[in-house]
Amino acid sequence: MLNPQLNANGKLNHLLSTESLPREVMTHILDTASSFLEVSDRDVKKVPLLRGKSVFNLFFENSTRTRTTFEIAAKRLSADVINLDVGRSSTAKGETLLDTIDNLVAMHADMFVVRHASSGAPHLIAEHLRRIGREDVHVVNAGDGRHAHPTQGLLDMYTIRHFKRDFSGLKVAIVGDILHSRVARSDIFALATLETGEVRAVGPQTLLPSAIGRMGVRVFNDLREGIRDCDVVIMLRLQNERMNGALLPSAGEYFNCYGLTPEILALARPDAIVMHPGPMNRGVEIDSLVADGRQAVILSQVTFGIAVRMAVMSILAGN
Amino acid sequence: MRTENIHIRNGRLIDPGNGIDRQTDIFVAQGKVCALGQAPAGFAAARVIDATDRVVCPGLVDLSARLPSFESELVAAVAGGITALACPPDTQPPLDEPDLVESLVKHSESIGLARVFPIGALTQGLAGEKLAEMAGLSRAGCIAFSQATRPIFDTQVLLRAMHYAASFGYAVRLQPQDHYLAKDGVAHDGEVASRLGLPGIPVCAETVAISTALHLAAETGARLHLSRLSSAAGVALVREARRGGMQVSCDVPVHHLHLSESDIGYFDSQARFDPPLRAASDRAALRAAVAEGLAMVCSDHTPVGEDGKQLPFGEALPGAVGLELLLPLIVQWAREDDVPLPVALARVSRDPAAALGIDAGSLEVGRRADICVFDPEESWCVRAETLRSRGKNTPFLGRDVTGRVCATLVGGRVVFEA
Amino acid sequence: MPPPLTLPDAEAQCAALAGLIRPKLPSNAALVGIHSGGVWIAQRLKTLLGLQEEIGLIDVSFYRDDFGEKGLHPQVKRTSVPFEVEGRPLILVDDVLYTGRTTRAAINELFDYGRPAGIRLAVLADRGGRELPIYAEFCAWQVELADSQELVLEPDAAGRLQWRCIDHA
Repeated sequence: MLNPQLNANGKLNHLLSTESLPREVMTHILDTASSFLEVSDRDVKKVPLLRGKSVFNLFFENSTRTRTTFEIAAKRLSADVINLDVGRSSTAKGETLLDTIDNLVAMHADMFVVRHASSGAPHLIAEHLRRIGREDVHVVNAGDGRHAHPTQGLLDMYTIRHFKRDFSGLKVAIVGDILHSRVARSDIFALATLETGEVRAVGPQTLLPSAIGRMGVRVFNDLREGIRDCDVVIMLRLQNERMNGALLPSAGEYFNCYGLTPEILALARPDAIVMHPGPMNRGVEIDSLVADGRQAVILSQVTFGIAVRMAVMSILAGN
Repeated sequence: MRTENIHIRNGRLIDPGNGIDRQTDIFVAQGKVCALGQAPAGFAAARVIDATDRVVCPGLVDLSARLPSFESELVAAVAGGITALACPPDTQPPLDEPDLVESLVKHSESIGLARVFPIGALTQGLAGEKLAEMAGLSRAGCIAFSQATRPIFDTQVLLRAMHYAASFGYAVRLQPQDHYLAKDGVAHDGEVASRLGLPGIPVCAETVAISTALHLAAETGARLHLSRLSSAAGVALVREARRGGMQVSCDVPVHHLHLSESDIGYFDSQARFDPPLRAASDRAALRAAVAEGLAMVCSDHTPVGEDGKQLPFGEALPGAVGLELLLPLIVQWAREDDVPLPVALARVSRDPAAALGIDAGSLEVGRRADICVFDPEESWCVRAETLRSRGKNTPFLGRDVTGRVCATLVGGRVVFEA
Repeated sequence: MPPPLTLPDAEAQCAALAGLIRPKLPSNAALVGIHSGGVWIAQRLKTLLGLQEEIGLIDVSFYRDDFGEKGLHPQVKRTSVPFEVEGRPLILVDDVLYTGRTTRAAINELFDYGRPAGIRLAVLADRGGRELPIYAEFCAWQVELADSQELVLEPDAAGRLQWRCIDHA
């Protein structure tokens, strides 16, 4: 099957998922991000790489936080950024997703950054662009349903590489609501591509996908066992709507069983780092003492996130 | 309508119901099969169809086809060798009133292509609350009663509906899927859904509903047919019930004999089905169940416009067109699994005719001349522009299939010729 | 096929280049090398000229005007300017001056760090073929090359800089 992310020359044309992203492409993105990190330290935090290009932020699902990081990244590349609050405008008037895309392509869009509540929506857009012969327009998946959040996955890889250098000997635990998490999926596939020593999925069975065992991870229902001797702990956000109901009895019980406290973290390796895609629910999935502790690298993730998104956009625009 | 004397010569005549598989001629007069082998005395053929190297078999009987437009879809049916088909009651409005059913039957008869056998709504408006007027619907032409894909939340209503149907000997057809277990699901709860982050429909959604239906059928004595099974565990439950002496029949959609969850690929909405495409092991079990005669096969023809498919996978409408693909997909399956062609054809002619209780699926002398003549070797490429159905939605677009209908007779009239 | 080129000793050229710069070196000048050849030369110039301050390193990948055609260079290096650019006289160092586009990109990049008092260009080789009005005030070697030829500076196993001429014809 054709890899929908790559063009005929095997170059990255869209970033849709970390799954089936070749290792050399992934490494190229991370290496490039490292160069962009310095740009953000300058007084003039801007390079002219994407001057004159139009980047459309298409957020069919609201997320000011993610949208802002993409906006900053695009602006630091000198692109023109247009934010479309599509959730409320066009779709409400009955315009379909692909109608919206056709309209924006006619406005000479160069790149779409897409957030959508349905898994696979960015693939649909990429496939549509291929069908209409507009593969020069690039798609960046900024989170689709439960499927993927590849820039988050890549910035997580950047963070792990920054602090731990080599992946081969690492034990990485991903803790929490993996079933509904696009971040978890993107991390799992990226960690597999980078040949990480061991990847663990930790959570109650109600929050784990049914075939999680076939995704190349070790499954733990017990947090203490799952975290023991880990080098990296990735905590996932628990969405409010999932806290009380048939998946979990309460936020309190969740914290008691799966919340990361200093006592639990002490079971990991002493130099373990703690990551979180944000925004955090303090006292639900993570104790403030851990979130603000010396092992947390959550703010580094945010900084690296801008550089990774700059790298992705500039590589796409150049291919 | 006028019929003529037709002589179909030199074909491989396969009549699964009567154990016939030999090269012979068949003669049609006054809408019926009048002789096999030798022409009856004084028979003068107005028309001779040469069936050399072709198969002559009973017209196919489709257990489930949705027909948004009779004009286009019945043309598609006969082009696919289908001469009789049952349509589920989830039309707009649902088939819950005798007048509706009567006009539907009249409309289909006026077109004069494949015969349409409506399945009536089990409950009013398919809402799953109040019983539909089954006796009236039966008089109007309904041959069975069903909820199509709509749930009956209250199991007591289902029990009563089956009791009521059993009082008159009506067949009840259920698509077994527990509404709550399948809620929000868009794909088989397995490897692909886990990987792609698609909300899953677990196999237990099917098995729980099958168990419920089997227990209620045993309790009420209703004639039960389970439609569109998708899983190995599902057919295993039916096998077990039949071994225990229960009279229960079932079918599987033809797509599920060929496709599995991996055909979703990168979110291909053409591979969205209800019930979902399941694992490769399920597909193998469905094939085995059809081969052994436990299950028959339906086209599950569901035309969906481009607007319904050009959407993210989970928002796209489920289903695919199947009228023109039923025969080639059956022929292909038979070839792949070394199933004798007469056995394979029985699953789409004799068996469904028996399940529906209609006069079809046989080439015995004196029976209706509903006949399909096809070339079992000819391959053709499935293309949107050559499909006669109004729907062009099928995962087989662009793929080659083998087995092409050459001629179709309904009631002794040639209604399709390639 | 162009005639084979006699390649001069690059290390000796660095010394010659330092000799050209020395008489005109402003007191508070800073060196900036363009990755990768320019950086190696700037490191040598720093020693030869006896400068104390760390040199600046720049990679012009993010400023190139052929990004649209060639895309992003697969090995972008880190830019690092460890001193205040504002008001400083800068000496920009590169290995080969050709079209002038790299120099243009480097000047643009330096201006994003501040407004230098001036920028002067020092190169080991000027091979002609300019497409922009750019001039190397300090140049160790003027050489005419065919369009198909490319001059590459690289360190040998002992770390000594040497020239290589590649013919793409």
